[in-house]
Amino acid sequence: MIEIDHLTKVYGSATAVDDVTLTAQSGTITAIVGTSGSGKTTLLRMINRLEEPTSGEVRINGETTTDVKPYVLRRRIGYAIQGHGLFPHHTVGRNIGAVPRLLGWPREKIRARVDELLDLFSLDPAEFRDRYPAELSGGQQQRVGVARALASRPDLLLMDEPFGALDPIIRARAQDDLRRIQRTLGSTIMLVTHDMEEAIRLGDHVAVMDGGRLVQYAPPAEIVARPATPFVADMVGDVDRPLRLLSLIPAAEVAEDGAAEGEALPRNASLRDALSACLRTGREAVPVQREEGGPGRATLAAIRARAELPE
Amino acid sequence: MRIGTFLRPALVLLLLALVLRPDWFVPLFAPLAPVGGPVIYARSSLLSLSLSHLGLVAAATAAATLIAVSLAILVTRPAGAAFRPLSRTITNMGQTFPPVAVLALAVPALGFGAGPTLVALFLYGLLPIFENSVAALTSLPPATMEAARGMGLNRRQRLWQVELPLALPVMLTGIRLSAVISLGTATIGSTVAARTLGEVIIAGLLTSNTAYVLQGGLIVGLFAVLIYDALVQLEKRLSRQTSS
Repeated sequence: MIEIDHLTKVYGSATAVDDVTLTAQSGTITAIVGTSGSGKTTLLRMINRLEEPTSGEVRINGETTTDVKPYVLRRRIGYAIQGHGLFPHHTVGRNIGAVPRLLGWPREKIRARVDELLDLFSLDPAEFRDRYPAELSGGQQQRVGVARALASRPDLLLMDEPFGALDPIIRARAQDDLRRIQRTLGSTIMLVTHDMEEAIRLGDHVAVMDGGRLVQYAPPAEIVARPATPFVADMVGDVDRPLRLLSLIPAAEVAEDGAAEGEALPRNASLRDALSACLRTGREAVPVQREEGGPGRATLAAIRARAELPE
Repeated sequence: MRIGTFLRPALVLLLLALVLRPDWFVPLFAPLAPVGGPVIYARSSLLSLSLSHLGLVAAATAAATLIAVSLAILVTRPAGAAFRPLSRTITNMGQTFPPVAVLALAVPALGFGAGPTLVALFLYGLLPIFENSVAALTSLPPATMEAARGMGLNRRQRLWQVELPLALPVMLTGIRLSAVISLGTATIGSTVAARTLGEVIIAGLLTSNTAYVLQGGLIVGLFAVLIYDALVQLEKRLSRQTSS
């Protein structure tokens, strides 16, 4: 559990982060989203003490972060940044093993962990272990950067715009990978982004920052359905809100018994996918797969009902 | 590069021949020597002069590297940043002061021989190494430095494991410049009785023996070219690994 307790950072006369309090559960992704200058990066950097808070404190699993030296604290917290920051003079394997080496893991254990992580990120260990970062593509470098941040099984992984430098297609794949890996490992992640789409897609909780203040902290569906301020509504993209909401609801959730024409949607499809399939082929309903009760269908009427926003 | 593959060994062989078998070049140098005078410098062996010359340059460059790099590290730390202008002034002065003047001033304090030459070469060699090291240490990739800090490397680990390895190619350029300048400048050390290849050149100048002058000049020149080339190769190899 990560507790941020009345955290404030003042630079001279400017308040970068203004009395932010939030609690993130272990094993979840918290997406901190805001425009530039909203204080989101400063908030993140105060967690591993790259910035020292002016007041307030952070507790990780109950322990105050100021109890240990900053570099000792940082070895327990993974850190992945935009533009990956890999060591260009070290091989991929050595980059990933950097923190375990700092922690004094035995050589064999580091090697096994490096290979395990490369596998997890769909990079063949035999092929990539001994290559230098300059020999990899942008997407591969980014994956190595995240793998490095996860190497020592940290209590918490901090990510600052980790996908900012990637093109849209690679970026979507990287987001899916992160989600999958986070589920597999049960990692706790705090991620900073300026992109609400990314925040909604990845976050179990979304924290919206504006002018140094935390203006809303809620699950994505809540952020979309009930934005706390006009600023949050604006960030969500007001006209798109019904579609955003649909993209958060699994199609199986509204499935009713009955048959529909055409090919069934995949099991993890959202209502947005179902709507798109309806519109594309002019159907009133599409077949969906359900966990139990066999195949069912999602009707346009049911989708429309879920897209309505509370006023 | 193909020219280099032929030229490099040829120059090495020529240099070795000039130093170890100077007699082979008698026919070549004879027209330049005064009639009836000696053609090949024989007052002391060219090999021992070369070794002593290289030794002086190596010692001065090593000392200049040690001091300049330490100073560069110091002034690129947050605590030492205030000393950067001062260090710059001092190293600049070392470069501005002509080595001949340093030799002249150092003789009363250090006596004749290798001492004054070492001091002059050391002072003259500081600036390129210092300037390059500061430039290298202040232009490291910011994302890499941020990641190094964020993942828990302490100051010392960041310096040794990240900053110095990444700065090395550019530092080496400074060391190369300094070494090559010293190779040439060391010849004037012989005016205060340091044992360098300058002895051959000065003997030639004093006796109007162009053969001597050419002999000494050629050897010093070849050493400079070959050492320059070797260090360039080393830099290339290092920067290939560290470029991102």
